[in-house]
Amino acid sequence: MRGPEPTIYEISSPGRRGFTLPELDVPETEIPAEFVRDRLLLPEVAEVDVVRHYVRLSQKNFGVDLGFYPLGSCTMKYNPKVNEVAARLPGFARIHPLQDPEIVQGAMQLMYELQQYLAEITGFAATSLQPAAGAHGELTGILMMRKAIHEGRGEPHRTKVLVPDSAHGTNPATTTMSGLQVVEIPSDERGNVDLNELKKHLDDTVLGFMLTNPNTLGLFDENLLELTRLIHEAGGLMYGDGANLNALLGIAKPGELGFDVMHINLHKTFSTPHGGGGPGSGPVVCTEELAPYLPGPIVDTEEHDDHVHYVWKMPERSIGRVRAFWGNFGVMIKAYTYIRMLGAEGLRAVAENAVLNANYLQALIKDVYPVPYGFRTCMHEFVAQGKIEGAPDVHALDIAKRLIDYGFHPPTMYFPLIVAEALMIEPTETESKQTLDAFADALKRIAEEARTDPEMLKTAPHEAPVRRLDEVRAARHPKLKDVPGM
Amino acid sequence: MVYIPNTDAERAEMLRVIGVERVEDLFHDVPEPYRFPKLNLPRPLSEAEVLAELREMAAMNVDVDQAASFLGAGAYNHFVPSVVDMVISRSEFYTAYTPYQPEVSQGVLQALFEYQSMICALTEMDVANSSHYDGATATAEAVIMALNVHRRKRKRVVISPTVHPMYRQTVYTYTQGMNLTIVGEDTPRHDLQALADLIDDETCCIIVQNPDFLGRMFSPAEMQALADAAHAHKALFVVVVDPISLGFMVPPGRYDADIVVGEGQSLGNNPQFGGPYLGIFAFKEQYVRKSSGRLVGETVDAEGKRGYVITLSTREQHIRREKATSNICTNEALVAIASAVYLATMGKEGLRKVAELSYHKAHYTAQRIAQIEGFEVLSTWPFFKEFVVKCPAPVEEINDYLIEEWGIIGGYDLSKDYPDMENTMLLCVTEMNSRLEIDDLITALEEIAGGALESSVKFYLPT
Repeated sequence: MRGPEPTIYEISSPGRRGFTLPELDVPETEIPAEFVRDRLLLPEVAEVDVVRHYVRLSQKNFGVDLGFYPLGSCTMKYNPKVNEVAARLPGFARIHPLQDPEIVQGAMQLMYELQQYLAEITGFAATSLQPAAGAHGELTGILMMRKAIHEGRGEPHRTKVLVPDSAHGTNPATTTMSGLQVVEIPSDERGNVDLNELKKHLDDTVLGFMLTNPNTLGLFDENLLELTRLIHEAGGLMYGDGANLNALLGIAKPGELGFDVMHINLHKTFSTPHGGGGPGSGPVVCTEELAPYLPGPIVDTEEHDDHVHYVWKMPERSIGRVRAFWGNFGVMIKAYTYIRMLGAEGLRAVAENAVLNANYLQALIKDVYPVPYGFRTCMHEFVAQGKIEGAPDVHALDIAKRLIDYGFHPPTMYFPLIVAEALMIEPTETESKQTLDAFADALKRIAEEARTDPEMLKTAPHEAPVRRLDEVRAARHPKLKDVPGM
Repeated sequence: MVYIPNTDAERAEMLRVIGVERVEDLFHDVPEPYRFPKLNLPRPLSEAEVLAELREMAAMNVDVDQAASFLGAGAYNHFVPSVVDMVISRSEFYTAYTPYQPEVSQGVLQALFEYQSMICALTEMDVANSSHYDGATATAEAVIMALNVHRRKRKRVVISPTVHPMYRQTVYTYTQGMNLTIVGEDTPRHDLQALADLIDDETCCIIVQNPDFLGRMFSPAEMQALADAAHAHKALFVVVVDPISLGFMVPPGRYDADIVVGEGQSLGNNPQFGGPYLGIFAFKEQYVRKSSGRLVGETVDAEGKRGYVITLSTREQHIRREKATSNICTNEALVAIASAVYLATMGKEGLRKVAELSYHKAHYTAQRIAQIEGFEVLSTWPFFKEFVVKCPAPVEEINDYLIEEWGIIGGYDLSKDYPDMENTMLLCVTEMNSRLEIDDLITALEEIAGGALESSVKFYLPT
């Protein structure tokens, strides 16, 4: 690819314009001078400049549509194109959130149906579609648990949230943000939550447990029912981090396994694109007991004039709204479309093939890269180690960067924290056997290179738009904008 | 099976390599009684069928192109140039994840770096992050940042009653576990002095909106006085903005704001029923290490060439876990890129024009409404594109008449948030409202003034 792309400001030329606007067709009203700014340092570019600039930038970016993207815990599955068409229908994209419900019944029906579908798929009683992302859903769920226990059950002394050491960073961060304390629970030698350690912390200060299941090792906790029983017996509630729900569609319903509240990442499990970091959508599903605490408004139905009407309803003991308006509606449309395309059997096939692909890939590479829990059947992902026999100086980072030269996006690196040199690999169900074979071959060739030409790995990538970037310099001397004249 | 490429033959071969007989055998860790539950969902559809169904649902909604809309209140119908959707439809952008691997994510990273730069230019602030979820959550994150700046020792927040009601509600939700005292909402509306009087040495921040929820513009001098009052007590001055207004309005960086937040939807994004939107979040450089959200920074690669990376991540949850400044992970990157494309396309002249057109058309509309008997324009203050009108009947009835008889989407019913403001409507006018639409609205309101509500016959819209 070409050299560095200039910034939009470097393309700018005084007086150039890329817009058209209607003429003023009403009399002018004076704008008091004291309100008016003296400068506005935005670029001045033509439409063709804008288009070429961003198309060139897009060519410096890797997406699922370009190739395999096995980023563990991120479920980078193919994003169906019909979803994009659906979300752009003017009757969805061009409606204002505060319109009278009677003139947005179609949008509200879609939200209502999606609430129902998500509750059915996960085995819960109620849904709120309001949270904008997974971490936002976590905050929602923990605040619900807090209110249900502190106010609903009258036990305000419960302020401790137990989180396994394999958890996503969002879990402890969410706990702190909710004004609660985190207690980290170690994992046992099979990758499950260590129940003996857990029992030491079960007292009347426990608010609940946050569990990702399958966990970030890609393993279904073998003691799950015992774990949820212990937490409930101790008077706590079970939070489910639904980041890895892709493994469970039609396989098990978390609501039947003892979870009380869970978020769902529509941008992982339900095929909506990640957008280079967002938007996502993080609906929360919960039991009957917690339903009154959901954020809202949510969509409910009323029957009058022989018609079903969709109406906004605030759950009676709601924690309050967690954002403006109703949620990331544009993302909901895509998830709804996906569920309608797949139906029950299609969803189960998603989980089955995701798990099949992960186990197949694990089987192909575990002789070359250590897989600490490779003695177990994994679910939708597994964690290998970037440790190569005979190449002690080569690290997970080097392997990841070298994969770029082979045309693959690297796996998640150095996470979960409990596995040294972790490479967390999630193939998803939308990859073919050929792709998985090619990826395994690349990993094997890289292992060989590590022994014969480690420098090749240390200096990788060689085929990307830029070479390895100096992240230390970026943090020591932060340059977070570049606006000429500012 | 749709979206799953492997054939039965390939699956059989894969199972053989794994060493199990059937796919079901891979799920033995799932407790047997709960394995393979029935999902009660409608039957799967073909693409043609699902699109037909969705088109039908979409057609049940009245959109802002079918009907002239005078509704704002935090979501706006400003023009979206065609280039915006073209750029964000590039699947190299929209099918990427968060740019954790910078070497293959330079497109997203540079686009976000430029977004940050343009938000800094717009607000005249030192640093902008690469987005929060929306204006409401950005406001709540500003409160948490102010708490952290004061090491959680100051627990008092002053908030103006004319900050968007949904933003205020979100602040309460976010901070319900933090033992804060939130004051100011019962002060007289638009009375900045009354707010200033509430700031004390326990106050971590004061939040005001400019233009406020009722459309009022506060002058830089008024805002500076409030900033000074906040800073006299070392409280942070947080300003909620409408980014379009900054096309001509003096930006908050010029009146000493510490944190600037706002809803970025109007910068090139459709109203799409409330989301995805864009939380604008900018602040003074001295607070950067207490800030939340992703930051993209410039650096060089191994050959000395310019490149971009996510930086200062030690603030973030994936590194700092329970000590992180926020739990945010996924943000609104693609919406930020859309807004960057919008700001680049409009440029300094275009954005100013959008702001001026909205201002002039709103004032023309207000002047016309003021002449209708029974209607009173309560906005005697300087306003931007929204203004307050006291009506001769409940807003809901007026809006029913407007949509049914004229195909007009009326304004926002302020009694929903301010119980003393019965029969009071917040109207919004932008460059998208032609004079013809405005004149139709005037005629319709004149009919209402003439008693049309009593004689109108209700009919139902397509459902």
